Amino acid sequence: MFEWLGITPQGLYGQLLVGLINGSFYATLSLGLAVIFGLLNIVNFTHGAQYMMGAFVAWMGLRYFGVNYWWSLILAPLAVGVVGIVLELTLLRRLYRMDHLYGLLLTFGLALIIEGGFRQAFGISGEQYDIPEALTGATNLGFIFLPNYRAWVVAASLVVCFFAWFVIERTKLGAYLRAGTENPQLLQAFGVNVPVLVTLTYGFGAALAGFAGVLAAPIFQVNPVMGSNLLIVVFAVVVIGGLGSILGSILTGVGLGLIEGLTKVFYPEGSSVVIFVIMAVILLIRPAGLFGKEK
Amino acid sequence: MRFSKKILTAAVCAVCIAAPAAWAQTGKISNGVVKIGVMTDLSGLYADLAGPGSVLAAKMAAEDFGGKVLGAPIEVIAGDLQNKPDVASSIARRWLDQENVDMITDLTGSAAALAVVKIVKEKNRIAMVSSGGTTRLTNEDCTDRTVHWAYDTYALANGSARALTQEGAKTWFFITPDYAFGHSMEKDASEAIVAAGGKVLGSVKHPFPGSDFSSFLLQAQASGAQVIGLNNASSDLITTIKQAAEFGVAPKQRLVGMIFMITDIHSIGLKATQGMIYTDAFYWDMNDETRAWSKRFFERQKRMPTMIQAGVYSAVTHYLKAIKASGTDEAGVIMAKMKATPVNDFFAKNGKIREDGRMVHDMYLMQVKNSEESKQPWDYLKLLKVIPGDQAFQPLSKSRCPLIKK
Repeated sequence: MFEWLGITPQGLYGQLLVGLINGSFYATLSLGLAVIFGLLNIVNFTHGAQYMMGAFVAWMGLRYFGVNYWWSLILAPLAVGVVGIVLELTLLRRLYRMDHLYGLLLTFGLALIIEGGFRQAFGISGEQYDIPEALTGATNLGFIFLPNYRAWVVAASLVVCFFAWFVIERTKLGAYLRAGTENPQLLQAFGVNVPVLVTLTYGFGAALAGFAGVLAAPIFQVNPVMGSNLLIVVFAVVVIGGLGSILGSILTGVGLGLIEGLTKVFYPEGSSVVIFVIMAVILLIRPAGLFGKEK
Repeated sequence: MRFSKKILTAAVCAVCIAAPAAWAQTGKISNGVVKIGVMTDLSGLYADLAGPGSVLAAKMAAEDFGGKVLGAPIEVIAGDLQNKPDVASSIARRWLDQENVDMITDLTGSAAALAVVKIVKEKNRIAMVSSGGTTRLTNEDCTDRTVHWAYDTYALANGSARALTQEGAKTWFFITPDYAFGHSMEKDASEAIVAAGGKVLGSVKHPFPGSDFSSFLLQAQASGAQVIGLNNASSDLITTIKQAAEFGVAPKQRLVGMIFMITDIHSIGLKATQGMIYTDAFYWDMNDETRAWSKRFFERQKRMPTMIQAGVYSAVTHYLKAIKASGTDEAGVIMAKMKATPVNDFFAKNGKIREDGRMVHDMYLMQVKNSEESKQPWDYLKLLKVIPGDQAFQPLSKSRCPLIKK
C-alpha cells in the first residue's frame, strides 16, 4: 500500500508514533505558553529556560539528594513554579501596562542569563539522567520497538494537557481566569483578587514547562541549551494554534509533531523547516491562527 | 636635585640605548606583537570538545614558550564563531584587517573553517585548523597558508570504518548531520567501507543541530545494516547514542561514533558507551608526556583534553618555534619553516606537514573500557592499534589539491 512511498507500513506507523511522542512534548510546552499569553499578555521567552530548569532540578535532586524520578515529577515543577512566581512578583508585574515588546525583551534576556549561568556551571555536553527502573525496557508492537518510557511520556503529557484544559474551561477557577483575560477591572470589582490570580497563573505556566523538562530528562541529554533548541518550534506551534488558545495549542502541538515525523522520513533535511513553512502559510490564510479569534 | 637630574639623564640615555636594541629585536615581528586568534565555539554544542579548552591550550602554549618570541610578546585572543560561517568570516576580517592577528587556530565547524582559510590566504596570514574536520581543507580548498593539524574525516573514517569492515561488519547505514563535515565524513567512510569489501545500505541526513533522533534511528533499524555509523558530533552524537539504547538498537546492530571525543564519553557514561570502537588522535593516558601535559590542563579546565585541544597546543607551539627559528613572522617564510621542521611533542612524534597542508602523524584505534576496567575518573580508553601516519591519512597521490604538482 505504501510501497510507492518507499517505506513499509510498519515503518510508517513507527514514524507516526515517534511523531506523536514529540507532538505531546510540543503540546505540554505550548500549553504553558498559551496559558501565560492568554492571561498575562506576556510572550514568555523564558519558557525554554524553565523547561531546562525542570530537567536540571530533577538531575540535581537525584545526584545530590537522592530524590527519585517520581518525586521529581512533583517537586521539580513546584520548584520551577516558585522561581516563576518570584520572577512575576519582582519583574514581570511592572510590564503589564506596556507594549508586548518589553515583556518579550525581559523574558528573552532572563532566558539568556539563566542559560548562561547553567552553561557556566555545567558545561555544554550536559548530564546523564537515567530512565527510572520501572519504565526501562521496551514493548515490541510488531511495527515498532516502543520504549516503555516513551509510552509513559505520551500518556503523562496527554493527561496533564487534559487536566489543564479541564480546569481552565470547565471549572469555576477557570471561569475566573478567563474572565480576568477579558476584563480584569470588572472581575476585580466582583471581589476577585486578580493580581494573585495572575501570579499563580504564571507560576502554573512555568511549572508546566518544568514538568515537560522532567519528562524530557531521560530522553535527551540534560543540557543548558535543551530549551532554546525547542522553544522556537514551540512558539511556532502556539502561533499556528492561535495565540492564547488552550485547545488550539494542544491539538496543534500533537498535529505538528506528526507532520514533522513524516517529514523526517520523506525529506529529513527539511524537518527543521517544515513547521515554519506551515506557520507562514497559516498566517497568510488565518492571521489569528487555526483556533484563535480575531479581535 | 642634582642627584635626581643625574638619574633622569641616565634613564634617558638608557632608553636611547636600549630602544633601538629592542626595536631591532621586535622589528622583525610586525606590529611588535605575535597575535594568535583562537576562533572557536565558545558557547554552542562544540564548546566542550574545543571552546574554552582550546583557548586555554593556546594560552598554555604561549606561556610555556615564555610569553615572548624574538623579544615580542605573544598575545592570545579568542572569538566565538557560533558555528556560523558568516560570523566566522566577519571575525576573521576584523582580526586580520584591524587587530593584526598573525595566526588563526582551532576553527570549529568545517563550514566556518572553509570560509576562514580563504580569507586568511587573501590577507597572507596563517590558519592552523585543529577542530574543523573536512578533507576539503587539504583538497579542493587547500591553500599554501593552511595547515590541518589534529585529524580529518579521512583519517577517522579510514581508521574505524576499515577496521570494522575487515573485522566482518560488512553492511553499514549512516546518520549524518546535514553540513560540510557530515557530508565529508560520510563520503570518506563510504569509500573506506567499499574499499574494504563492505557495502553502504543507505543514509539519512538530519538538520544540524538536531534534537530528537528517534525517527532517524528507526530508519537505521529498518535498513537492517550491521553497523550504524554516526557522523554527528558532540551533543548530537550523545543524544543519538542515548536514544539508540532506548530503542533497543544494540545488540542486533552495532553503533559506531565516527567522531567521538573523550568529553562525549564522560558525558554519556561508560554504561552506554563501553566496547565502542573509534579513531582518535590523542588520549591523555598514553605515556608520561601526555599525562604530564594533560594533568596541567586538567588542573585549569577541570576536564581532560580532547584531541582538538591538545592539537591546538601542538600547533601553536610549532608556529612559535618556526618564528623563533626563522627570525620573522612573515607568513610565507614561517610556512616554509613549519613544513621543513618535523613536529615532535607530546601530541605527535615525527609529525610532518605535507605540501597540501596536512600534518601527518599517527592515529589511534581506541576502544571504550567497561566499568570494571576503568579504575579512576577519565580512565575511559584502551589502545587497540596504532595507525601509522602514512596509512592514517589520505595519500598525496589521491590529493585533489591544486598545489600538488603531478
